[in-house]
Amino acid sequence: MSGETILEVRDLRVSFSLRGRRLTALRGASLDLRRGETLAVVGESGSGKSVLAKTFLGMLDRNGRVDSGSIFFDGKDLAGYSKERDWLAIRGKRIAMIFQDPMTALNPLKTVGEQIREAAALHRGLDRAASRAVVLETLDRVGIPDPELRYRQYPHEFSGGMRQRAVIAAAVACRPEILICDEPTTALDVTVQAQILDLIKSLQRELGMTVLFITHDLGVVASVAQRVAVMYSGQVIEEGTVREVFYDPRAPYTWALLASLPQLGVKGEELYSIRGTPPSLFKEVVGDAFAPRNPRALEVDFRFEPPVFPVSDTHWARTWLLDPRAPRIEAPETVRRLRARLARGTDGPETAGGGGAATGGGDSVQGGAE
Amino acid sequence: MSNENAQIIEKPSAHPLWKEFAFSMKRLFKNPLTIIGASIILFFLILAIFAPLLAPPPRPFDPYLMPHKGWDMTPSPPSADNWLGTLPSQYDILYGIIWGTRNAFRIGLAVVAANLIVGLILGALAGYFGGIVDEIIMRIADIFYAIPTLVMAMALVVAIGRGLTSIVLVLIILGWPTYTRVIRSDILVIRNMDYIMAARASGVSHLRIIMRHIMPNSVFSIIIVASMNVGVTILVAAALSFLGLGSDTGYADWGAMVSTCRDFIVGPPENRLAYWYLVFIPGFTIALFVLGWNLLGDAIRDVFDPRMRRR
Repeated sequence: MSGETILEVRDLRVSFSLRGRRLTALRGASLDLRRGETLAVVGESGSGKSVLAKTFLGMLDRNGRVDSGSIFFDGKDLAGYSKERDWLAIRGKRIAMIFQDPMTALNPLKTVGEQIREAAALHRGLDRAASRAVVLETLDRVGIPDPELRYRQYPHEFSGGMRQRAVIAAAVACRPEILICDEPTTALDVTVQAQILDLIKSLQRELGMTVLFITHDLGVVASVAQRVAVMYSGQVIEEGTVREVFYDPRAPYTWALLASLPQLGVKGEELYSIRGTPPSLFKEVVGDAFAPRNPRALEVDFRFEPPVFPVSDTHWARTWLLDPRAPRIEAPETVRRLRARLARGTDGPETAGGGGAATGGGDSVQGGAE
Repeated sequence: MSNENAQIIEKPSAHPLWKEFAFSMKRLFKNPLTIIGASIILFFLILAIFAPLLAPPPRPFDPYLMPHKGWDMTPSPPSADNWLGTLPSQYDILYGIIWGTRNAFRIGLAVVAANLIVGLILGALAGYFGGIVDEIIMRIADIFYAIPTLVMAMALVVAIGRGLTSIVLVLIILGWPTYTRVIRSDILVIRNMDYIMAARASGVSHLRIIMRHIMPNSVFSIIIVASMNVGVTILVAAALSFLGLGSDTGYADWGAMVSTCRDFIVGPPENRLAYWYLVFIPGFTIALFVLGWNLLGDAIRDVFDPRMRRR
């Protein structure tokens, strides 16, 4: 891991006005994205994952705004950008994004090649022939056979997997430094999912991109990412390497998340599920947002918001449990088993230092968990 | 993978717009009403194009002025000289009908085309940008909706000065809200499509997104509205002409022709239907023209409207 931070998000607050009410989507989210890594952002629906990614591109809906905080990218604070022209220099060119549903992410009336070429020509200032060559090369790179033919075809002539490849080609054609993948495999069937994940991994390696991977599928996290950020209710509550977060989680929400994974459950036992619902984003959250749903919540969780406690150089969590004054609280059974497995060192991924190797190791979290 | 490979062997196909169009045409001409509508319009088109041959103007520099023999105020019935009879002051009805066709097309197409352009621009602005722009444009449209069109049109034509050009101008001023509403509602749907988001995320500018991605995907409804509206436009123009706001007597315009005959709708007591041809012929022509456009518009809607279109 090069370790150099390419994108630094600090205390980002984003809110939307909805019919006179304020919905706070991000309540001081902080995140570090390091050059060349794959960071997975996980969280349930409404935790603010997608909003976070959209702020990086200045693509919040009209009623949304960044209230405070900063997004440092290449020495500039993107949170302060308001002019469309400023964003046009970032979007697609330096930070690109892949959307969830490949079936609707392509304009049905334009050939696939032309759609990819549009962005490539725009950002690289290439003429028609040169940008066409770039597109053909990119189509080939993302594993679309017979690019010459595919270039001239329309989206409806592509299968789901091929469309997602085309969408990825459009995103990487301009060689962005950061690629944001917003649940790129959710709409695909499982076999195609694996192919697309492999593709993203190999593209990242070949092009040296930094990937921000948004997902709610922990299995996907394990197979693509080196580091994980767990989001809950508009905050990043735990961030660390895949190994640290998956095998030695510290925040009660991460515990609950892992405990509710069917793969980690014990056969014959009832599967754990997190009770209750996330707090209303219309109201101000007092204390730890997860406290009302947390059976192990402390008194302090209901009063004060937990600060960030470092666990290691690469691992931190927002929970009062890490405060020296906190009582010792036993983690759930599932988490204890994971820790024991880590201590034995029999499986689990290598630490994220191994670059590409770490992604390979990541698969064993899935394998080992079954 | 093998599945995907098999698919690739297909030849690249035509533009989907074109494919859809070919499909639509096939559908279109299966319907007998379409054929009737299209034939009517074709008939009028031939009249308009070959007007100089069908009714050679005695004064080529001013062909829209109907020729007349004498100033006799009593219309004459169809005869060998005047196949469809004459208006008061002996204006030849057949000549008026033929040259009036050109005017009918001019009014219908000019008004609809201008409305389309204005509607597309305003609708795109309102739909794509939303917010205050949307609010201003659509509230103005609402104001236009709140005033009865015919009354407003009369007032405006009188203000500008009567004549066919004024009628066209006024119909353009009054017609845009319908188009703007339709195009706006379509754009509201398309705007939230993922491919628009994807285009934005890859750094495509607003103007380019509207022109290259949104417009081509949202023109279908507006085409239907436009085709249905040609007939309506002619009717309103004829109504304004009939009310005396159109051209002067002797100008080859169907509405004006009917207007000239206002005093002869009912004949003398001994023969109430003596002047039937006066109102009937231009009136029937207008009706036929409007019917043609409506049938065509209906057919286009049947084919293009996604709710009507069945595969």
